[in-house]
Amino acid sequence: MKIQNPRQVYGETLLELGKENKNIVVLEADLSKSTMSCLFEEQFPNRFFEMGIGEANMTSFAAGLSLTGKVAFTNSFAVFASGRAYDQIRQAICISKLNVKIVGSSAGLSDFGDGSTHQSVEDAAIMRAIPNMTVLVPADGIETRKMTRKIAAYNGPVYMRLNRNDLPDVFPEDEEYEIGEPYLVREGNDIVVFANGIMVSKALNAAEILDKTGISVRVINVSSLKPINEEKIKKFAVGVKGIITAEEHSLIGGLADVITFILRGQNSPIECVGIEDRFGQSAHSYDELLVEYGLTPENIIRSVKKLLS
Amino acid sequence: MNKTIQELEKMARKLRYNVVQMIGVGQKGHLGGSCSLADIVAVLYFSRMKHKPENPSWEDRDRFLLSKGHAALIQYAALAEAGYFSKDEINKVKSLGAMLQGHPDMKTTPGIEANTGSLGQGLSMACGIAAGLKLDKKESNVYCIIGDGEIAEGQIWEAAMTASYYKLDNLVVFLDKNNLQATGQIIRRYNTNPLVEKWLAFGWHVLETDGHNIKEIIETLDKADTIKGQPKLIIAHTIKGKGIPFAEDVVAFHNGELTQDQFEQACKELT
Repeated sequence: MKIQNPRQVYGETLLELGKENKNIVVLEADLSKSTMSCLFEEQFPNRFFEMGIGEANMTSFAAGLSLTGKVAFTNSFAVFASGRAYDQIRQAICISKLNVKIVGSSAGLSDFGDGSTHQSVEDAAIMRAIPNMTVLVPADGIETRKMTRKIAAYNGPVYMRLNRNDLPDVFPEDEEYEIGEPYLVREGNDIVVFANGIMVSKALNAAEILDKTGISVRVINVSSLKPINEEKIKKFAVGVKGIITAEEHSLIGGLADVITFILRGQNSPIECVGIEDRFGQSAHSYDELLVEYGLTPENIIRSVKKLLS
Repeated sequence: MNKTIQELEKMARKLRYNVVQMIGVGQKGHLGGSCSLADIVAVLYFSRMKHKPENPSWEDRDRFLLSKGHAALIQYAALAEAGYFSKDEINKVKSLGAMLQGHPDMKTTPGIEANTGSLGQGLSMACGIAAGLKLDKKESNVYCIIGDGEIAEGQIWEAAMTASYYKLDNLVVFLDKNNLQATGQIIRRYNTNPLVEKWLAFGWHVLETDGHNIKEIIETLDKADTIKGQPKLIIAHTIKGKGIPFAEDVVAFHNGELTQDQFEQACKELT
């Protein structure tokens, strides 16, 4: 399986978009070398706005740029992009549905060294609660590229949450990406796992292991938390003995809430894998944190067995 | 729309009258901060700005952003007088489903450029618009009004740095210095002074005017037009509630109700 870095792919895609569309503008709060908006800056310095370490002003300024017909991409770490600029996103962008894309980099626990202040466990929940907002979580580099292109073409506010670290490719190169659609990644009949972000590849790992023991797991990539094609989610949940949600996010307000709400009233039991109601912390590696917070194939396997027992 | 000073004075009085009509009797409304802006708004909409009420999205228009969005009533009065919408809308302000919301809403109201009212944010948006216009090599100006209470918001100063860093000389900001915030005198509640020194330090060209002297407002805008390479701040010395004697400099009329007697008295003063 090919490995790609979503930030790198995002930066390269922004650059491509900049070449194709002179209305693309990019804003940054002094993290361009991490978010990879630096690739756009090198080629298009006039359409790149360094806003200093001021996310609130950056976000409202982007709203202003969009009012002159620009497609504005704001960049920062997810925790700051969503948290420090929450009111600006709500007031200036979402109420009037302005064409601003908020890209939250180093989302979840993926900035493992920096600890709780820099790790976002609740960003998708905050963004999802705002009317008019679209909330997306790509599973890999391929989907990041397709998604970035798609949100640039979509006229309205979007929050896109990106992992800091390399991820294995899981999204088919030849599949077209649409906002709002869940994607079947692997067919299976016993259990369905609805996952997004890094947890899609973790769910695939779990499915491969379980396959050897005769348990067949269906994996769905729910990269669009909002909007979401509810009928497809319901269809994907048919014919299995149990349902699992898996996300690198708090169990409050993210994928677990989305799926359990859509599937309310159905009979299959549900297990949710995600971050319990607590903050992140520093670690020497991303994997250490994923284990500490239960975001592993092993934990998904445990949930599968529980549902089948 | 080149009106004489006397005509603009008359217009400012009419705008204040409309504000009083919109507030009516027994309903809360931002009388004070709307009236402190009436003369500036009259100059901008009826003498200064390039705009086409029949075509609100005309791309070469000047932009007006009311960062202190709670004074929306004065902007609604001006938009109605300019012909952006029927004056009947004035009577429906803030009612369920109305075009005229409690704070400016670009989606419902023709002539409103942005949703403002969460204080401290309109100036950043004005900067973004000014930067976008510069990218497109447009000649339009952006006029933005902020309050002396509002500048306690840290984002104002983030925007102030941005405007000078990006040399947004198509941006003209009025600071409505009416000396009162919702709960009392600015110097006693949370002193945002000194103003001139702060804005100079942030790289702005600073001018001052009597915010109720139409001739002086126009002359100050003329001076601002000659300044290149810097954003421009005009400190407008104003009186909250100006034009309605019982409400002048009275903090209760920041967002207060009018009794029947007060309403009639205000109407009389303004006709």
